Amino acid sequence: MIAETGLAALWLAAGLAALQFLLMILGLRSGADVRRAMRSIAIIQGVLTLIAFAMLLMVFARSDMSVALVFENSNSAKPFIYKVAGAWGNHEGSMLMWLTILAVAGAFVALLAHRTSERTTTAALGAQALLALGFYAFLLFASNPFARLSPAPMDGQGLNPLLQDPGLAFHPPTLYLGYVGLSVAFSFAVGALLTGEVDSRLARAMRPWVLGAWILLTLGITAGSYWAYYELGWGGYWFWDPVENASLMPWLAATALLHSINVLAARGALKAWTMMLAVIAFSMSMVGTFLVRSGILTSVHAFAIDPERGTFLLALLAIYVGAAFILFAVRAPALKEGAPFELVSRESGLVINNLILSVILGVVFVGTLYPLFVEAVTGEKLSVGAPYFDAVAGPLALLLAVLVGIGPLVAWRRERRPVFKQLAIPALFGITALAITIILDSGMRILPRLGFTVGAYLAAASFLPLANRNPIRAPLATWGMALAHFGIAVALAGMAANAAFSSERLAVAKPGDILTVGPWSVMLADVTPTAGKNWTAIEAELRASRGSGAITLAPESRFYSDPPTETSESAIRTFWNGQLYTVIGKQDGSGAWQLRLWWKPFVTLIWAGGALIAIGGALALLGRLWRLVWWPWRKREWRQERYA
Amino acid sequence: MKPKNQRLALVAAAVVALFAAVLLAMWGLRSQASYFYTPADITAGKAHDGEAMRLGGMVERGSIKHLPDGVTIRFVLTDEHAQTPVVFRGIAPDLFREGSGAVAEGRLENGTFVADNILAKHDERYMPPELGNLAAEHKTAKTLEK
Repeated sequence: MIAETGLAALWLAAGLAALQFLLMILGLRSGADVRRAMRSIAIIQGVLTLIAFAMLLMVFARSDMSVALVFENSNSAKPFIYKVAGAWGNHEGSMLMWLTILAVAGAFVALLAHRTSERTTTAALGAQALLALGFYAFLLFASNPFARLSPAPMDGQGLNPLLQDPGLAFHPPTLYLGYVGLSVAFSFAVGALLTGEVDSRLARAMRPWVLGAWILLTLGITAGSYWAYYELGWGGYWFWDPVENASLMPWLAATALLHSINVLAARGALKAWTMMLAVIAFSMSMVGTFLVRSGILTSVHAFAIDPERGTFLLALLAIYVGAAFILFAVRAPALKEGAPFELVSRESGLVINNLILSVILGVVFVGTLYPLFVEAVTGEKLSVGAPYFDAVAGPLALLLAVLVGIGPLVAWRRERRPVFKQLAIPALFGITALAITIILDSGMRILPRLGFTVGAYLAAASFLPLANRNPIRAPLATWGMALAHFGIAVALAGMAANAAFSSERLAVAKPGDILTVGPWSVMLADVTPTAGKNWTAIEAELRASRGSGAITLAPESRFYSDPPTETSESAIRTFWNGQLYTVIGKQDGSGAWQLRLWWKPFVTLIWAGGALIAIGGALALLGRLWRLVWWPWRKREWRQERYA
Repeated sequence: MKPKNQRLALVAAAVVALFAAVLLAMWGLRSQASYFYTPADITAGKAHDGEAMRLGGMVERGSIKHLPDGVTIRFVLTDEHAQTPVVFRGIAPDLFREGSGAVAEGRLENGTFVADNILAKHDERYMPPELGNLAAEHKTAKTLEK
């Protein structure tokens, strides 16, 4: 009954989405006031998808093996949290989650959109409904999560053990929330292009959504990077895997959009430009979903190889993105001119920021899709990996990091003061860092050396916008910006430290043997068998010491029974100045064990930087929302006082 | 700047950025893309020594040998038409085993493939697309054995 309730809720919601879209056409054509009806429909639709998703969680929690999806992806012996998380650890469930978030976001747009005009709100809600309709069709016709099996099997096939990890419970939902937040920006852009009302009011209505989506994408990417780091046991934090790129591309576009939308909100300039970026940002989310969900990639995330679904998703992508681009081409020339600005101005700075981010996005996009394209056309197989991305995107990212320090110092509209004077102290920081890297290690490669230099410079420069005024009275958004830019510097320093100072040791050891890595000497004390709820494992006991005192680490090599797989669980110990990272491999012929050890100084700064960037974004969002709520209220109070 | 010129300047900037991205990507791809080969391609002489590439196939049964240092292995990748010997120093992935599919990243040196990295299938249901056909053949063979 539970599964049928979910399916019925989905069908109902799909019907409401169709109605919502028809109402938009009616409203825009005849000018009838449909906004109220649309609002209620959008809210009910959101509630219905939530019900469907709750039903899916229930069949997974109860291990109802008569549901095909549960049988294929779950097992009654699994820990409870992974049973529930398993609901979105598969194709159908994750698509339902995506759709639920889309519909709930639509409901919130309906509840909160008071800032844009009636026509634009109507058009935006209609666009959101049309978006959702495609995904309803995809779920109901090509990937029904509630399909039943008859007769019901005894037990399920289980979940990929790599995905049985706390990271799984939060990583996909975070990214999906980010992707779907961008869908709201897309719908607003489409709505505004339809009505021609692209102005700072629209930008202010879009901004919290873009900011929220961007924060979640930042968190999702940071968490995904750490997950790959400890779960795969390869010691790397970013592999330029197509699935990673699928989340990076929307982030790059959202970062550009986030900056240009501020220009539109503050100055009413860059109108067409911002609309274009809103369309591109969501297109990248769709491309990301297509890459991950269609199963065309060589990756852990490609759950099923199913050409029908891939084609369906590709068709959806082509229709939505194509239609949005055509709408843009038709309507953008008719937009009013934006406010003028001079060559040296904050606006120009943000245009440069957007251009560099777009070029990085372009090269990542080409590098990710080129192999697929070549294979489709010529049948030849090739792969594009880290060497390509490091070579083309690395220098651009460093250049951008240099400019990040300058941009916020420049005034809006036109700048007559000598801005470079203020950069003396940051420049001094950079030069000092450069000198230290030369003294410490004269043979360091060029990219880490530049990373340290730019990181030190930017760490100082990011706080200059606060130094020019009373920091306590500065708006929260300015604090957020400073913190996010400082986060870039921190992450840069972490990447440089990891590249320059990591030491690695790969060897075999018998119990009692001692290996050294960096400042550590690590003794293999013992190797013992151990077991968990649905796995057995070989666990090594490592005693590591540097100078005084010893710590114990226990890396494992696990064997899961359903489905039969092996994973290695690395053991990592974090110190203020780095991480000791240990992995146990296989037993060689003579009874010794393979051990892989890393000492990674300051590697944690990479994720700390990512977290700082997200916190900066959250501060800015808080500041914007605070104004949204606080200012109208204060104004009213002030008026009451005046007229009392 | 007049609004009209400003719009022109912005369009020009966008076009320049687009061209820059395409040129940069083409330059990068020309020098950094690595091709995927099968052992049959290697026998046919399609690959050159020292070129960065990926080699995919099934790990031949009984071919995995551990060298005395304990962390280097030798094995043979096969596509049922040809064999290529591979040497790899490191911890082989968890799902790397004889009779299953693997992709090695690295370069060819005097007929031996020196792998920097080995990718094995992560999941029972998942195969690298490059190995899709091989896997299907392998499955039928397995069923026949039964």
